[in-house]
Amino acid sequence: MVTKTEQPNEQALDVNNHSAKTSSSQSKKWIKQLLKSKTGTVGLLIVVSVILMAIFADLIVPHSHSETNVADRLIPPFWMDGGSSEYILGTDNLGRDILSRIIIGSQVSLLVGISSVIVAGAIGLSLGLISGYYGKWIDQVIMRLVDSFLAIPNILFMLIILAVIGTSLPAIILVLGVTTWVIYARMVRSETLSIKERDYVKSARAIGANDMRIISKYILPNVISSFIVIATLNVATTIILESSLSFLGLGIQSPDVSWGLMLSDGRDYLATSWWVATFPGLAITITVLGIIFLGDWLRDVLDPKTK
Amino acid sequence: MRFFLTSVIKIIPVLFIISFIVFFLVRLTGDPVSLMLPETATDQQREDLRNSMGLNDPVYIQYLNYMADVVRGNFGDSYKYNEPALEIVLERLPASFTLAISSMVVATLIAVPAGIYSAIKRNTFIDVVITGSSVLGKAMPNFWLGIMLILLFAVHISIFPVSGSGTIMHLVLPSITLGTAIAAEMTRLIRSSMLEVLGAEYIRTARSKGLLETVVVNKHALRNALIPVVTIMALQTATLIGGTLITETVFSWPGMGQLLVQAVNARDMAIVQAATFIIAILVILSNLMADLTYRYLDPRIKYDD
Repeated sequence: MVTKTEQPNEQALDVNNHSAKTSSSQSKKWIKQLLKSKTGTVGLLIVVSVILMAIFADLIVPHSHSETNVADRLIPPFWMDGGSSEYILGTDNLGRDILSRIIIGSQVSLLVGISSVIVAGAIGLSLGLISGYYGKWIDQVIMRLVDSFLAIPNILFMLIILAVIGTSLPAIILVLGVTTWVIYARMVRSETLSIKERDYVKSARAIGANDMRIISKYILPNVISSFIVIATLNVATTIILESSLSFLGLGIQSPDVSWGLMLSDGRDYLATSWWVATFPGLAITITVLGIIFLGDWLRDVLDPKTK
Repeated sequence: MRFFLTSVIKIIPVLFIISFIVFFLVRLTGDPVSLMLPETATDQQREDLRNSMGLNDPVYIQYLNYMADVVRGNFGDSYKYNEPALEIVLERLPASFTLAISSMVVATLIAVPAGIYSAIKRNTFIDVVITGSSVLGKAMPNFWLGIMLILLFAVHISIFPVSGSGTIMHLVLPSITLGTAIAAEMTRLIRSSMLEVLGAEYIRTARSKGLLETVVVNKHALRNALIPVVTIMALQTATLIGGTLITETVFSWPGMGQLLVQAVNARDMAIVQAATFIIAILVILSNLMADLTYRYLDPRIKYDD
């Protein structure tokens, strides 16, 4: 009996301590935690560099990314025989500088990755909240919709839709968003199911709070940290999906540049010029690795229970 | 049994939703008549064909006719091959199955030992290497890995053929490509599942009986650790099929995935529809199997819904 009364007191104290902290000391704590995690630090460094690269792409490219120069076609990277320091990573079959194309290509990867996650997240978050909170038939309808989307591989779904509506940057973002919302909906729904049974939600309802208020004030804040973690990790997934689409011919189209498209171009020159297909792939791998590291660190900090 | 029935009943609306989505997507591709008739056809000829194909009927009638055809397995003829679409798709299925199964074999051969070892040697150098490689495996685009394997083992050292099919040698690089992608996820699952099981009471009991550590790990721990792994992997069927789409394209492997990518690019919608339905049914069935096996292997599982 004694222990039972002590426990809540301790918790209450802990909560008080927690809220007494200012937000700046909170962010200091996060930075400390981030620097403690080596992979988290590396992830952050990679992500920040790629973002800076995309923002300042036009200022830092050594050459034009689209200008063709047949005289300088398929020049190897600078450390190889025949390479030149003018084209550090070599040139492609049309004599375009690969480094410049990778720098410009980062814009598409980040833009598509981040905006399609916003589209998917918005759909998944709202449907997941509705499904978990209201239950009954509306939950059944949404869950069967989720099952249907799960029964068709993402990449196939995207290919079909893009074949129908045509490929353009907005179309690709929309299609990636519309086909990947399921993962958010499932996560948000299951969290909502457990949160809505908690005492503070029940008491809020008892004092007459309406559904809108309960969802936005009590449920949403409690699912948002898991949501952010999954969203971050999914930026990585969508970057890979976009490059796969471009590789299969229904993604970004020339003269726009995407890492997947560069890879697809380079495939025809594998036998003679390995660098054309290798470097864009490395760019994707490093970027995705950085996002995964950052996402895993965010999970440790924001959402330790799902580790 | 009740669980089995409710699961089967849940499949019906899912198939309906899929048929709905596919129907509308195909309707949106535009007028199939323009693809089927030569440029020189007169307006009257076009109109006649439209009428005979039922394209001038109200949409709901078209949907009902379409569903009647789908239930009979009639997806129309491929305009590229001039053969029933379903037959063409089914012809390609064995090649895809071969690739999928050999990839799963590759994945299991890598992931089971790697997962167990990194769990036993938790937080050692080896664990870091194994966990690191599985993260790397997830970060690499699958088609790029395929291309790099071609570059190394077919172009530089000509051990394996660059692409195509026919011999067992043709199967090696595609299986490794798809297999390592699956292995990355599988290793992580086995590791965390093993860690959980190794902390359980019955493992302590087994150890305190004085059993050899290898017996404890391989017999007592592994068997229990594999239960969630098997089911989660079965739930990855959609991902696996999505992977064959890309891997088959990279290696010109003559399976359903390659056929589908070509059909989508050629807007050969009859084949796209037939293949999408076949894939959806395969995925739904394997998910159902996964649920059932899970309940069979671990009777403690109870589903609320």
